[in-house]
Amino acid sequence: MSENVTLEVLRYRPESDSEPQFQRYSVPFHDDWVVLDALNYIKDHLDSTLSFRWSCHMAICGSCGMMINGEPRLACHAFLRDYRDAVIRIEPLDHFPIERDLVTVMDGFMDKLASVKPYLITNGKTPPQAVENLQTPLQLMAFKQYTLCINCMLCYAACPQCGLDESFVGPAALALAHRYNLDSRDHGQAQRADVVASNEGIWECTFAGACSEVCPKQVDPAAAIQQTKISASLDWFKARLMPGAQ
Amino acid sequence: MELGPRDRLSQAFWHEQRKGRTIKTPYGDVVHLDIRHLGEKKINERLPMVRELAHTYAGVDPVHAPIPVRPVVHYTMGGIHTDNHTATLLPGLYAAGECACVSINGANRLGSNSLTELLVFGARAGRNAAAFARANPAGPMSGVQAGAEAVQAGVRELFVREDGTETVAGLRKAMHDAIENGAGIYRTENSLQETCCTLEKLRRRYRKVQLHDRSNVFNTDLIQVLELGAMLQVAEAIAQSAARRKESRGSHQRLDHPERDDTNYLKHSLATYRRAEPPVVSYQDVTITRSPPAKRVYGGAAA
Amino acid sequence: MSRRPYIRKVQRTWWLGHRRYVVYMLRELTSLFVGLYCAVLTVGLIRLAQGAAAWSAFLDALSSPASVALQLVCLAFAVFHSVTWFALTPKAMVLTLRGAPVPAKAIVGAHYGVWAAVSLIVLIAAGA
Repeated sequence: MSENVTLEVLRYRPESDSEPQFQRYSVPFHDDWVVLDALNYIKDHLDSTLSFRWSCHMAICGSCGMMINGEPRLACHAFLRDYRDAVIRIEPLDHFPIERDLVTVMDGFMDKLASVKPYLITNGKTPPQAVENLQTPLQLMAFKQYTLCINCMLCYAACPQCGLDESFVGPAALALAHRYNLDSRDHGQAQRADVVASNEGIWECTFAGACSEVCPKQVDPAAAIQQTKISASLDWFKARLMPGAQ
Repeated sequence: MELGPRDRLSQAFWHEQRKGRTIKTPYGDVVHLDIRHLGEKKINERLPMVRELAHTYAGVDPVHAPIPVRPVVHYTMGGIHTDNHTATLLPGLYAAGECACVSINGANRLGSNSLTELLVFGARAGRNAAAFARANPAGPMSGVQAGAEAVQAGVRELFVREDGTETVAGLRKAMHDAIENGAGIYRTENSLQETCCTLEKLRRRYRKVQLHDRSNVFNTDLIQVLELGAMLQVAEAIAQSAARRKESRGSHQRLDHPERDDTNYLKHSLATYRRAEPPVVSYQDVTITRSPPAKRVYGGAAA
Repeated sequence: MSRRPYIRKVQRTWWLGHRRYVVYMLRELTSLFVGLYCAVLTVGLIRLAQGAAAWSAFLDALSSPASVALQLVCLAFAVFHSVTWFALTPKAMVLTLRGAPVPAKAIVGAHYGVWAAVSLIVLIAAGA
C-alpha cells in the first residue's frame, strides 16, 4: 500500500498558456478518498491555482464530471483505491471547450437542454384549473428513470457523435425530452419534435450506447433515444396517413 | 426518537456521547442507524438513494447492516432579514431561501421546508424585484459607481498583496473548529465567549490572507478567499447573537440556560455589520398571529 | 477578462482508446460486409435469371478458396451483427404484460427463437 499517489492533471490558463499541459502532484493515499478529495487536498495544501467544479461530494449535483484515466467519471464517485496505477490522469470532460484547467464551457449543453422544452406542456383541456394533475404510480413508473438525470454531462463526453458533431442535441437533452413525452400530464410531444426528431436530434444517434454505460444514475439515455426514434417514426407516418389526428 | 426532528436527534447523540455509548471511528463518534427491519423491497422503493450512499461511501448495505451516522452541519438557520415580501433593509435588494430569514422557521427549521420555502419565496422575490425595477427607473450611476469601485479596489488589493501570511485552508479550518466546538449542539457562556474571541482574531488574520491565483478566468482561489471572508462574518453574527441569548430556544441549546425565557427573549436577534468590529446585536419582537408559543413536546408527551 | 476557450481536436484514432469503441466500430463495420453479401446475392439472382450456364458459373466462382474465405468473413460479421442487434432490442422496445415490464431476456430470447425458426424453415425449403 503506497503512502502517496500521483495525479497528472491537465492545466490550462487562457491568459498565460498557449495550450493545455499536464502538471503532476503527489497526494497522500487514503483508502476512502475519492479523486475529488485528492483535488481538494491539492487546492488546500499544494496549489490553490487549480480550478475545478464540485459541490455535493455525493454524486447528486453533477458538478464534478471529468476524464479520469480516459474515462468520464464523477470525481466524487471515483475512489483512489480503484486506481492501482502509479499515476492517475485527470482531464476536463471530452467534447467540451476548456474554459480553465478542469472547467469546461457548458453553455452549449445548457442551450440544448432548454431547446427540448423541458416543462409540462398542457393541451389547454385537462385538468381543470381547480383540480391538481393526478397521476397513478404506474404512470409515474413509465418515465421515472428519465427524471434521475443530474446533468453531469458524462454522456456527452462518452458519446462519439458528440465528439464528431457539436450540433448533436445529445443524450441528456434527448432523455429529458423523453421524460416529458412519457409523462401522462404532458401533451407537448409534437412541439418538441422540431428539435428532437431532427437531424441534430435523435437521428444523429448511431446507438453506440456509451452514454448509458457511463451514466452514474442509470438513466439509460440510449434507450430513451431509440424509443423516441420509434415514436417519431410512427408520428411521421400518422401525420401522412391521418392528417389532422392528434 | 428515530422520527424526531434533527436538532433533537443531535442533542440525543450528544447525551449518548457523554455517557460513552457512541462508537469510535476515524471520522469521529457515531451511532448506528438500523433500517434492516424495513426489508430490501421497501428500502429499494422508498430509500434507494440512502442504500446507494451507504454502500458507496460507508461500505455498508443497509439491508443487511446498520449505517454509521453522526450529526454534521447541514443548513444555516437564520439569515438576511426580510419582510414577508422578501424585501431586505436595502431598497431594491431581495433575498429568499437559505440565505434569508422571513422568518417562517423561527429558531429551527422543519425538515423539507427548505425546498418549499425557496420555491414560494423565490417566486415572490423574483416578482417583487421585477416590480421594483419597473417602478424605479435607473437613477444616476455616480453613487453606484463609487460603491462598486470601492469594492473592486478591495478585490484588486488581494491581487497585488505579496506579504500575506495566512492561507484560506488554515483560516477556514480554524473557523470550523471554533464555531463547531463553541457554538455547536450545546453551548455554554464560556464556549461562546471563547468562540467570539477566536472569530475576532480570525477576522483580523483574514486581512493577511494570501491570494495565489492572480488570473482573471474562473479564478476559484479568489472565490474561496471572498467566500471565507463572508463565512467569517456569518460565523461572528451567529456566535455573538448566541452569546447574548441567555436561554435555550429551538436549535440554540445552552447547558447554562436550559429553559426557554419568553419574558426576555421572545425576540429575533438582529446582527448588524460593522467593518472592523464584531456585529452589534439588537432585537425585534416575534410576530404572533395565530399560534401562541407553547411547550415543545413529541410523541407520548404530546397526548 | 480574457476568456479563450481551448478546443481539443478529436483524433482519427479516437475509437482505439477504449474497448467499447473498438467493438462499436466493428459492429458498424458489419454493415459493409452485410451489404457486400447482399450484392453477391443480387448478382446470384441475376445469374439465375440468365439461365443454367450462368448460374453454374456463379456457383463455381463462389466455391473458389478466396470466395469461401470472404463468405466466412461475411458470415462472422453477419452473426456479430445479429447478436449485437438482438442484445440492443430491449432498449428500444418497452413492453408491459399485465402491468409488469417484460424482462429483457425474454425479448432477446424471442428474437433468437424467431431466427432459429426462420432458419429451420429456409433450410428445410432449400433441402426440399
